[in-house]
Amino acid sequence: MTITVERGARTTGKHQYAGPRRPRPRTSYALFLLPGILAFLAVIVVPFLMNTGVSFTDWSGVGSPKWTGLANYRELMDDSEFWASFRHSLFMVVAMAVVPTMLGLVLAAALFDYIGKHFGSRTAAVLRACFYLPQVLPIAVAGIVWSWILAPDDGALNAVLKAVGLGSLQQDWLGDPNIALYSVMGVMVWVQIGFPLVVFMAGLQRVDPQLYEAAELDGAGWWRRFWHITLPQIRPEIYVVLLWCTIAALKVFGAVYVLTKGGPGGATDVPSYFSFTTFFEKTQVGYGAAVSTVLTVIILVLALVGLKLQTRAEDAEEGVRT
Amino acid sequence: MTAVRRYPVLIALCIGAAFMVLPFLIVAVNAVKSPTEYSQHGPLSLPKGLYLDGLKDFWSRVDYGQKLFNSVLISGSVAVLAAVLSVLNAYAIGIGRIKGRTWVLAFFVLANMLPQEALVYPIYYLCKQVGLYDTRLSVVIVFTVVQAAFGTYLLSSVLGQFPREIIEAARIDGANKWQVLWRIVVPVSRPTIGVLLVFFFIWTWNEFLLPLVMLISNDNQTVSVALGVLQGQRLMDATMTNAAALLGVLPAIVFFLVFQRTLTRGIAVGAVK
Repeated sequence: MTITVERGARTTGKHQYAGPRRPRPRTSYALFLLPGILAFLAVIVVPFLMNTGVSFTDWSGVGSPKWTGLANYRELMDDSEFWASFRHSLFMVVAMAVVPTMLGLVLAAALFDYIGKHFGSRTAAVLRACFYLPQVLPIAVAGIVWSWILAPDDGALNAVLKAVGLGSLQQDWLGDPNIALYSVMGVMVWVQIGFPLVVFMAGLQRVDPQLYEAAELDGAGWWRRFWHITLPQIRPEIYVVLLWCTIAALKVFGAVYVLTKGGPGGATDVPSYFSFTTFFEKTQVGYGAAVSTVLTVIILVLALVGLKLQTRAEDAEEGVRT
Repeated sequence: MTAVRRYPVLIALCIGAAFMVLPFLIVAVNAVKSPTEYSQHGPLSLPKGLYLDGLKDFWSRVDYGQKLFNSVLISGSVAVLAAVLSVLNAYAIGIGRIKGRTWVLAFFVLANMLPQEALVYPIYYLCKQVGLYDTRLSVVIVFTVVQAAFGTYLLSSVLGQFPREIIEAARIDGANKWQVLWRIVVPVSRPTIGVLLVFFFIWTWNEFLLPLVMLISNDNQTVSVALGVLQGQRLMDATMTNAAALLGVLPAIVFFLVFQRTLTRGIAVGAVK
């Protein structure tokens, strides 16, 4: 989805000066933008500015906020819960961006190159659908499914382990502070894997089949073709997927809420859940606003750097080609 | 490539796919077991018969019909309204090519990337002030705008490549901008708008944080919120958990089967360009 936009936007830029343009008053088109701009001001810009403003105050949600300057941010620096939540975010990035992208690449190449060619595109489509299914599932529902599977006493995973004689591996998957984070990560890989897979498979359709045929004639094995043709050809998709999934990982909330509520003992707390509890349970609105502002800044910086790197990489590639 | 080397890949992928689908199957199996059967034989045995009381109990206890209705109402309204808003924005940006459109587009993109955590408290506070708190309308308004940010971003690039000759011809025939939009641009871009409608519907259906904060009363909650809250309270036994999971999974599978083509086409649209 995103890919369209990236490329579309660039092509728009190119087409812009093609063909003769008649001078014509353009003002009235701006009227069509009016409802959109007003709605955005009301629903996004104003709340965002309010949130940023509140982050410099001490406020419980009632009465008037008391200006405290940077006090909230100074407190954050010494808050071990805050640092832990961001450390867990890095684990989420691994589980939702890094691992799904790598697995997605191998799976997409295998489905497209092997299964699609030797067993027909129908088989490939059915397998792809299986991997994509968790993506359409509400995260709250995925959480219910997995919190039961991972339950300590009558959960399905422990029952399976016992049935195959690995009873000693049984764990309290979501209740043990040492493994809860890894359990959540495992669930997130399951949830996320379909997205990169589908995007990469769509990207592979663009690749000229002659490249593969030529490589095959030259005696290149599957891994070499994967490394030297597949990867470079769908690099734009890889950038977009990595960026998109990293941002999703930083925002993850529902899974943590349903699976562990940040526990046990804060072992799976993430910034969005941390700010949620600070807002609505501890009612330290100013402090919660500071947490969410830090999260926003990180996401925006990442997005800008990511988009910049992507454009530069694409420009460089075009430079080589022409 | 020899057949000897082909089949291991197929088998490995099938095992992987089975792992992805297994949780759904095991939930379905356990949702139709009675609690006694579950406690005696555990989660891995096959059900001895169809025990539907767990599903019925769960349905009436959480008033699931109402939850489904709320989810359909909210997601449906958001899909349509956000598509309309996206079309209007994209018309001005992609076809109108208004001044400063790059900045306007950048503004929408950034708005789309903002984490909802940075908006949720002020939205909650403002809605309380104007009496919109705990109404489905509040969620519809917020998500219409959030989804339209993405829609504007996507449609603007699609409309940027719209054949100018068609528009010029219509203008020469005397159509005004409004007529060009509804009679020409919208019908021609119907496939893309269809993709947007499907994505908006499913995304809104799956939203959790904002509906959780905004929809407090039972009568207004969506499927996602109701199930998430119930799970959070840890009051359900295994059979009921499975009933809840199955009833939550079913609509998603229905959407998936109904919209599968649109979903994959939506992603493939990007590949064609």
